[in-house]
Amino acid sequence: MYKEKQIIMFKEVNWWQRKYYRELIGKIPVYFLLIAGSAVFLFPLLWMVSTSLKVPTQIFVFPPQLIPRPVQWANYIEAVTEIPFARYTLNTLYLVVLSLVGTLVSNSLVAYGFSRIEWPGRDILFFVVIATLMIPFAVLMVPLYMLFRSIGWIGSFKPLWVPHCFGAAFNIFLLRQFFLTIPRDLSDAAKIDGASELRIFSTIIIPLVKPALAVVALFHFIYMWRDFLGPLVYLTDPDMFTLSLGLQQYQSVNATEWHLLMAASSMITFPIIVLFFFTQRTFIQGISLTGLKQ
Amino acid sequence: MKRKARRDLRNGLLFISPWLIGISIFLVYPIFLSVYYSFTRFPLLSPPSWIGWSNYLELFQDKVFWTVLYNTLFYFSLQVPLIFIVALSAALLLNTKVRGMALFRTFFYLPSLVPIVATAILWAWVFNARYGLLNAALSIFGIKGITWLNDPAYVKPSLVLMSLWGMGEPMVIYLAALQGVPVNLYESSFLDGANWWQRIYHITIPLISPAIFFNVVRWVMGAFILFTQPYIMTGGGPGRASEFYVTYLWENAFDFLKMGYASAMAWILFIIIFAVTLVVFKFGAKKVYYEGA
Repeated sequence: MYKEKQIIMFKEVNWWQRKYYRELIGKIPVYFLLIAGSAVFLFPLLWMVSTSLKVPTQIFVFPPQLIPRPVQWANYIEAVTEIPFARYTLNTLYLVVLSLVGTLVSNSLVAYGFSRIEWPGRDILFFVVIATLMIPFAVLMVPLYMLFRSIGWIGSFKPLWVPHCFGAAFNIFLLRQFFLTIPRDLSDAAKIDGASELRIFSTIIIPLVKPALAVVALFHFIYMWRDFLGPLVYLTDPDMFTLSLGLQQYQSVNATEWHLLMAASSMITFPIIVLFFFTQRTFIQGISLTGLKQ
Repeated sequence: MKRKARRDLRNGLLFISPWLIGISIFLVYPIFLSVYYSFTRFPLLSPPSWIGWSNYLELFQDKVFWTVLYNTLFYFSLQVPLIFIVALSAALLLNTKVRGMALFRTFFYLPSLVPIVATAILWAWVFNARYGLLNAALSIFGIKGITWLNDPAYVKPSLVLMSLWGMGEPMVIYLAALQGVPVNLYESSFLDGANWWQRIYHITIPLISPAIFFNVVRWVMGAFILFTQPYIMTGGGPGRASEFYVTYLWENAFDFLKMGYASAMAWILFIIIFAVTLVVFKFGAKKVYYEGA
């Protein structure tokens, strides 16, 4: 018995070893491609940071040098004073917070109505929700501008956050997918106990879909942080610019101040990358959900 | 029971009421407004005056309109297939089992997180003809520099190239789909003597077709509403070589204040997107494989 086991073990090790080496050699081209690909994707980012730390005289040389010499940290200080960075950050955060609250509340309510209550016409209306995904903002830009102009909202933050308080097709879709996975019995039991829909919504469903809300919140934050066209259309007062719009406005008059432009670009990119590293799991989950659950 | 049905209807409508109100104010009303504007001359500061089909007729005679349509189609037909190939190849590569994969996936994905404005400014610098990174890379291979964004022939391919850099989102969608492909299918095809390409073509692609379909629909639309990158990087130039549909729409609306004309453009854009999506759906419905369907 003991001997037999030993033989099997020995055989296994041998087999495993052969397979191991074979696989290792097979993996060399894979590693080569992975490293080459990473270099292609990362190099422009490295270059952004490198340029942001150079003195202007080192920027305008050919061939370009990757290592900044001397390292000019002062570029960052100059960038945040040249471009009113604190102001723009506050504006952006103000918009993010207001619209985020609206997004979470409205979309979870609407998604609940589209998934946890049975009513005639529900699925037809949900189809309409999905259909509205096909209408890009660019198509509605002019009439929306006119609408907000007629109520005096142009030049205020309102057109950029108020509409988020009324749900967005994509978020409704995402949350509904999650809501549908929660067993019916949970709601039914609560209903027998006499709980109202609003109560079931707030005490049973919402605590269960926190991961989904995290996905929506994360995507919304990134959307608002990166949004450019919206602020470009609606904001007129330079004191109210968001980071993206402010950076573009600065660039449009100082197109060759590469060290400052790259410093500012690095600064508006950095928070998103940090956020990504802390929320990677939520992030990937969210993206794959959008593609898979059709 | 009837009372319950009535109550459910009422509750359902109450819960979705934010969306119902929102869609009426921010979608349905603007759509009707836009139809009306498209039949008027409307220089923003004075009220709209009815001119019938004139805007549409004028558009069809507008040389720039045909140029932007051509540019948009050019961009679209170059970008959509390329992004498909690059994102799918990257996803296949990132789906192999090697050590340190989490890190590689992060590296491939990072560029798509960069804010669009920062991406545009960064790539304007990468494309810089004299001091840019790209020409420096080409000079290593002895290739003489190209004036990327200043050359009418290169400006659109340049924008496509830049968009490939930020293809993280479709890539992750493909990756997630690839991880759903059952391994035993590969094993049995391996025993049947199928080679790598046959496995990709006959197993992988059909099985991830819903993800492909989803990505194609999104990229088709994305190509038609391209705005920020040309707006920031080229301003439509040189000449009109990188003037795209939405940048021209923007120019008409907010530079020339021709709101009626811009509305007519918006409507034609909507019809084009609708038609193209319909074609994609028609084609997709036949080709897409849904498990269990």
